[in-house]
Amino acid sequence: MRQKDTYFHKIDWIAIGLYFALVFVGWINIYAAVYDEQNATSIFDYSINSGKQLIWIGTAVLLITLIMVADYRLFQNLSLILYIIFVIILFLTPFIGKEINGQRAWFELGIFRLQPAEFTKFATALALAKLMENPTFDLAKFGHQLKALGIIGLPVALIMLQPDTGTAMVYSSFFIMLYREGMPQKYYLFALSLIGLSILTLLITNNWYLYGGLGAIVLLLILASKKTWKNFAGIFLLGILMFAYTYSLDYVVEKLPPHQQNRIMVLFDPDVDPLGVGWNVTQSKIAIGSGGLFGKGYLEGTQTKFDFVPEQHTDFIFCTLGEEFGWIGSLIMISLFVIFLLRLVFLAERQKTRFSRIYGYCVIGLLFFHFAVNIAMTIGLFPVVGIPLPFFSYGGSSLWSFTILLFIFIKLDSHRIQILGRSY
Amino acid sequence: MYTGRSLVVAVSIGMIALVLLGKLFLIQVTDDSYLRKAERNAIQRVVDHPYRGLVYDRNNSLMVFNDPVFDLMVIPKEFELEDTTRFCDLFGIEKQVLIDGFNAAKNYSWVKPSPLIKQISKEEFGRVQDFLIDYRGLFVMTRSVRAYPQSAASNALGYIGEINASQLNRDSTRYYVQGDYVGLSGIESYYEPELRGRKGVKYKLVNVRGIEKGAFKNGDLDTLSLPGENLQATIDLDLQVYGEKLMQGKRGSVVAIEPKTGEILTMISAPVYDPNILTGARFGENYQSLNMDPEKPLFNRPIMAMYPPGSIFKIVQSLIGMQEGILTPNTTYPCNRALVNCHNHPSPVNLFGAIRNSCNPYYHQAFRQVINQEVSSNTYEDTQIGLDKWRESVMKFGLGSQLGIDMHGEKGGSIPSSELYDRIYGKGRWKYSTIYSLSIGQGEMLVTPLQMANLAAIFANKGYYYTPHLIRAIDGDPSRIPEKFKTKRDTGIDTDHFDLIQDAMAAALSGTAARAIMKDITIAGKTGTAQNPAGEDHSVFIAFAPKEDPKIAIAVYVENAGWGGRAAASTASLLIEKYLTGEINRPELEEYVLQGEFIY
Repeated sequence: MRQKDTYFHKIDWIAIGLYFALVFVGWINIYAAVYDEQNATSIFDYSINSGKQLIWIGTAVLLITLIMVADYRLFQNLSLILYIIFVIILFLTPFIGKEINGQRAWFELGIFRLQPAEFTKFATALALAKLMENPTFDLAKFGHQLKALGIIGLPVALIMLQPDTGTAMVYSSFFIMLYREGMPQKYYLFALSLIGLSILTLLITNNWYLYGGLGAIVLLLILASKKTWKNFAGIFLLGILMFAYTYSLDYVVEKLPPHQQNRIMVLFDPDVDPLGVGWNVTQSKIAIGSGGLFGKGYLEGTQTKFDFVPEQHTDFIFCTLGEEFGWIGSLIMISLFVIFLLRLVFLAERQKTRFSRIYGYCVIGLLFFHFAVNIAMTIGLFPVVGIPLPFFSYGGSSLWSFTILLFIFIKLDSHRIQILGRSY
Repeated sequence: MYTGRSLVVAVSIGMIALVLLGKLFLIQVTDDSYLRKAERNAIQRVVDHPYRGLVYDRNNSLMVFNDPVFDLMVIPKEFELEDTTRFCDLFGIEKQVLIDGFNAAKNYSWVKPSPLIKQISKEEFGRVQDFLIDYRGLFVMTRSVRAYPQSAASNALGYIGEINASQLNRDSTRYYVQGDYVGLSGIESYYEPELRGRKGVKYKLVNVRGIEKGAFKNGDLDTLSLPGENLQATIDLDLQVYGEKLMQGKRGSVVAIEPKTGEILTMISAPVYDPNILTGARFGENYQSLNMDPEKPLFNRPIMAMYPPGSIFKIVQSLIGMQEGILTPNTTYPCNRALVNCHNHPSPVNLFGAIRNSCNPYYHQAFRQVINQEVSSNTYEDTQIGLDKWRESVMKFGLGSQLGIDMHGEKGGSIPSSELYDRIYGKGRWKYSTIYSLSIGQGEMLVTPLQMANLAAIFANKGYYYTPHLIRAIDGDPSRIPEKFKTKRDTGIDTDHFDLIQDAMAAALSGTAARAIMKDITIAGKTGTAQNPAGEDHSVFIAFAPKEDPKIAIAVYVENAGWGGRAAASTASLLIEKYLTGEINRPELEEYVLQGEFIY
């Protein structure tokens, strides 16, 4: 196995192959999304978004080359500095950014616009890896949990100022990494129950059914538990908390600004606001749903061509694929993504250092979150939040930031033998 | 590698991917409602309305054509208006109309066009055309409405209007949709299948803003519209226009028929209305006011009004009597006013004299012999047998049931049967003395002006008729008119019997309607009076001319005009002159008719 000793062979070409496959499929879908039959131009035309995306892809390849030739220790050493720089930029964005769609989230550089919040993702991931690489760091300890949450919470707070709820939500994906690194299971069970309870609260319009259900759960727990006063008190307290939660959730939802309230309610009933938020979801579902098993064929999607879905080349790019390639196309694309993610899990697990593994899981979490939430929102399973589909959606900021995010990990992985693990 | 918590992460990724794929399968494969919604989004079905067929008169003068009107369409999303007042002045509408119209359009669709101002006339369009480019989100769609160059024959032609719910339900072919225009009365209604043509459909692709993006499937599913077929009416438009002029200020009917063919030359229901007011934007409003008018201009008198036939029926009685062998030219009866009232004339009279003098007692006595032929020894039964046999003969004259003209809503009138009298008086409880008023065309008898004109045609033809009709050719082809209009119908009366009738009718004019006599043309006619319990009797006159070779048979009713000769006969005479000579050489008679106003 002498050949495998060269650096070239230490790079994980499977992950890179999957990356380029996804980018390529995304690119041809962007062309379909902006394609105008009566004024058709080439996919390479720089005046349309598919041509521009090709520039982004080209520059992304440059970035990849830079990352791969850089010293692998650079990322470890620069992690905290990068984090601090991006937090400062984020802090400044609301003051000097350009306002688009009511958000000050963009910097204008000549004809290009960049979104700093996109790049903060990998900086935060590096900072978390740096913080947690120390073997004495223990997620079972409350103080250490707070430190990790602080690293995550700072950019979230700043992004909320823009305000960009979607991007802020993305940071919850770090909990996947925290889970892998030993965050206590009970937090996750608690969070899952809370999510379940929230969905039920919003789904069930008559609250008395809900209260009845909660009462039944309390009763069952009392019957099932050991009959001690301490247990009774605990279960009783739990019941009170659940009741208070459902009650306050309804109250909070009612107090939300109408557009956010609609984004939530539209999940359960698209007719809540058919021409507002409901329009996106309804039209997106029509586009995807009309694709059938095999799709209408490339560049044949009427909903895509005639602009029925807003933001189709960016956040709603999945509609193009769903309409023109059908369920089979969706199956292939989602499978490709799942294989890609599982490959990254495999890579993360083979790392010899905590830094690389933690960073790897951050990458997995971020990509998975974007992927799942983006598709879920196009088919009405999740509220409409403005987050892109990794490698697919049109846009330089998003493609660059995901590319940097991924290739730092691939770079680290290629040096896994050289990096001296500091013991687990 | 995948162990412990890393396995949980890997499985979670797979599970969520499966959830997404499952939901995708539901909406993409199992639920086809999204496909239909996508088609509704992107495929616009544009109906290409055919050109409705035209109607010409018998001399190929245009009676009905299609006039373009313009609908001003608005796309709410693109519409901007800075100076509302100027816009309203320009288009001649109230501000509130603009606001209501715009709101209605907005409620329909924000991005698709809907009508803002409907049916702008050619003239008005010409005036505003140049200003249209000043406004964004406005454009013009051309449609057409029916138009009538001579403003005549409204009740014969009928009108078109939006299809109503019950008509839609009855349309088993599912050809029509809500909002389609169909013929609602007259020729427009009866010949709807010929006039309407066939709709065409184009499937167009539109984008989210409703803007056209080409044909769906390259237009393979599109169909072209087929224009409606032109009709040639039997109406003589000049005669019709002249007749309507004569009927001004009167209430009544005129029906003129070409005896040899049954073609209706003129059909007037007075008071007449201008057919042009039942087209276009003001249809609803004008229809309402016509409908509320106490003179009932929409009531199509020639086929719907029913009156007792009066004295004119004596001719039918004479013919049946002759055919039965009961009357001969030499049969005489005294004018016995004890039986029934009469007016001053020599007595006794023979058949010729009876017709000429319209002698009531003559027919009272003659009719008794027709009815009571002593078939049965029981007087009651004998009367019943006689009446039913007589009724059969009368109905061969096209009386007592619908003639079957090519219009909807024709009434049949009534000729009483023995069942009717059984119902009124009880079986075996009525005899000749109960029903004798039938002898002079009174009593339980009703005929329409159309049936009366048809009688005149029968007398002219010496015993046969063709069902009166309004259309003589469809798409230029005379053989395509309904078969029933090509069938000769016989009354069962021998031709010979008509000579005496025609002579008597010619002679009758000098007695009862001297004004109607023409110098060069022999008119055979008979006056009548339709009794009107509600007021002044109706003046009735039937005639045909020239007696030697009849070209026109006519019936004129003038309601509340009193005894027959005055109004109806003069009107008929002028119409005969107009039709046969093409001009009027009796201005004083015309003046007399025009001045007679009997409505008020």
